[in-house]
Amino acid sequence: MIWLFVLLWPLLGVKPEGLEVATTFSVWWKIAAGCSILLVLRQLNSIGVFNFFTKPIGSVAVGMQRASTTVPMVVWAFLLLAFAIAYPHLFGRYAQDVAINCMVYICLGLGLNIVVGLAGMLDLGYIAFYGLGAYTYALLSVTYKISFWLCLPLSAAVAGLGACIIGYCSMRMRGDYLAIVTLGFAEIVRMVFNNWMSLTNGPNGITGIKAPGIYWPDFTNGMTFEHLWLKKLSLIYYVILALVVFTIIAVYRLNHSRIGRAWEAIREDETAAEVMGIPTFYMKLLAYCTGACFGGMAGAFYAARMRFVSPESFTFLESAMVLSMVVLGGMGSIPGVILGALALIALPEIFRDFELYRMLVFGGVMTLMMLFRPQGLLPPKRSMKADKKD
Amino acid sequence: MEYFFQQLINGITLGSVYALIALGYTMVYGIIQLINFAHGEFFAAGGYVGVIFMSYLLSQGAPAWVCLSGSLILAMAYCAMLAMAVEKVAYKPLRNSSRLSVLLSALGMSIFLQNGLMLTQGVYDKAYPTELTQGGFEFGNVMLSYMQLFIISLTAFLLVALNFLVFKTRMGKAMRSTAQDKIMSALVGINSNRIISMTFAIGAGLAAAAGIMVGLYYGSVRYDMGFVPGIKAFAAAVLGGIGNITGAMIGGFIIGMVEIFAAGYISGEYKDVFAFVILIGVLYFRPSGIMGENVDDTRV
Repeated sequence: MIWLFVLLWPLLGVKPEGLEVATTFSVWWKIAAGCSILLVLRQLNSIGVFNFFTKPIGSVAVGMQRASTTVPMVVWAFLLLAFAIAYPHLFGRYAQDVAINCMVYICLGLGLNIVVGLAGMLDLGYIAFYGLGAYTYALLSVTYKISFWLCLPLSAAVAGLGACIIGYCSMRMRGDYLAIVTLGFAEIVRMVFNNWMSLTNGPNGITGIKAPGIYWPDFTNGMTFEHLWLKKLSLIYYVILALVVFTIIAVYRLNHSRIGRAWEAIREDETAAEVMGIPTFYMKLLAYCTGACFGGMAGAFYAARMRFVSPESFTFLESAMVLSMVVLGGMGSIPGVILGALALIALPEIFRDFELYRMLVFGGVMTLMMLFRPQGLLPPKRSMKADKKD
Repeated sequence: MEYFFQQLINGITLGSVYALIALGYTMVYGIIQLINFAHGEFFAAGGYVGVIFMSYLLSQGAPAWVCLSGSLILAMAYCAMLAMAVEKVAYKPLRNSSRLSVLLSALGMSIFLQNGLMLTQGVYDKAYPTELTQGGFEFGNVMLSYMQLFIISLTAFLLVALNFLVFKTRMGKAMRSTAQDKIMSALVGINSNRIISMTFAIGAGLAAAAGIMVGLYYGSVRYDMGFVPGIKAFAAAVLGGIGNITGAMIGGFIIGMVEIFAAGYISGEYKDVFAFVILIGVLYFRPSGIMGENVDDTRV
């Protein structure tokens, strides 16, 4: 680690105008300090300085776990849901905004989790499907004035169709090749968004997208149904909450079905799975398309919430961010992905002053996670062999 | 016809840049089967080191050849060391874990380096000194600038040197044998860790040279310039048959040509798309590439 810092130093200190150490130093000492603190903590932990602290915590955690398992999962789920429903009434606009952002990424992360976590295919172009969904709703809304609720499944379908097309070409590849092809595909999609002026308005993006609307009974004059645009943030919040709940249930059900087991079998050993009679090609294609559908739905919501889409929102960096959520939280586990999304979206909001370092930390965390805890923060119960050689 | 020849020259210039970057990908992939996502960042870092030292030397009144060769050597040496450090930190501990972990680690490293570059060097383009790049030969209306000549000849030199290194020296022999079977070559006394480090260093050095060339050719460098050329160079490496050095060179030239001709004759806006389409097409129809008949036998 120290090697890297020593070597990075000259590049950072030198500028064409001459040596300019001040600004560089201000950047670098923070990073170096952060890393060395982590390192020291790790060292101390390994020699057992924190035992007096971690042991009681650990036993408490075990006790909590026992208590939580005695109360059925459903109760916890309902408590959580109740909190989520009450959330907009408890917190202000800013917190709601952050929460909405988080939930969009939870949707995306769960979708990607199907592809990466369950089926074990590294997809670096996931954001393309998010983009496809967003543009589908944007175009349908602006040109044909079709309502959000109709467009939501349509967006999912378009994203799924796109995934089918690219998946059909690339499912025979494994590992690295698949990663690079999906990355290439995402770049192609972004370039098409960027250059197809007549349809997508190029880099300027599409404006004037309608917010989702609902019919609300109005009792003032007998009973009529009034069409209401959900422009208020707290109402938008409920839309995404519903989407997240739907996604969680769907992913959970998929995970615990025959299909989910087939996916996990493919992840563990594709050849063995094929020998056991799993149609690996179709299963992988199915995983890819299902994941893309959730991405497309999240995309449609994103378009409806921002009421603006542009190719800028669908770059490779976004893909990497969603991927790092899945990896950070624990590939294949639903609570893990939710935790990952919360960590990567909500924490930077708290440490607003370090905004610039966000992506830097993403990159560093991704590498460090792979080095020290490749299975993520909350690994799934049906565990995978993280250290298996491909 | 003149337009065609002009495009041909431009294509060769761009192709030689891609070929240099692709070599790094192909060598690393050949030896440890890893797509080194951070490779594009070595390319960008090389461009930055180049611009820094070139403007420094120029402001000290050094002659042009000193500026060029000095900054080239410095950038290559620096990026080689950087690559070795990255390899030690991010890849070596993961030698025996799953492919997915290593790939994600590489991706994380790429984001880390790119953002480190952005934070310390700023988000704006950094301009290369233009004095060195003026002038050229003219044949009718076809123009071959000194810059293009420099790029092409330097690439040719580096490629010949690399071929010599890999196919004629002891170290090249060790690299080839490590690529074929790591355990067996360790048994006969080859230090495979050292060989892997060297492979990273050589690849990154070539990428740094390419970074300087691109900086000189387009006149500026940017912190995120490593990404797209990196992917295109990977496409080139795959096109030529990954792990195959000659293949990577040929692939690089093909991708460069295709890009320039597609931009010239079909559509400039979609020029980046063609490289990706070729990548997907090649992987679909001929996963082992043009030169690689069987990936296992032809690595490095």
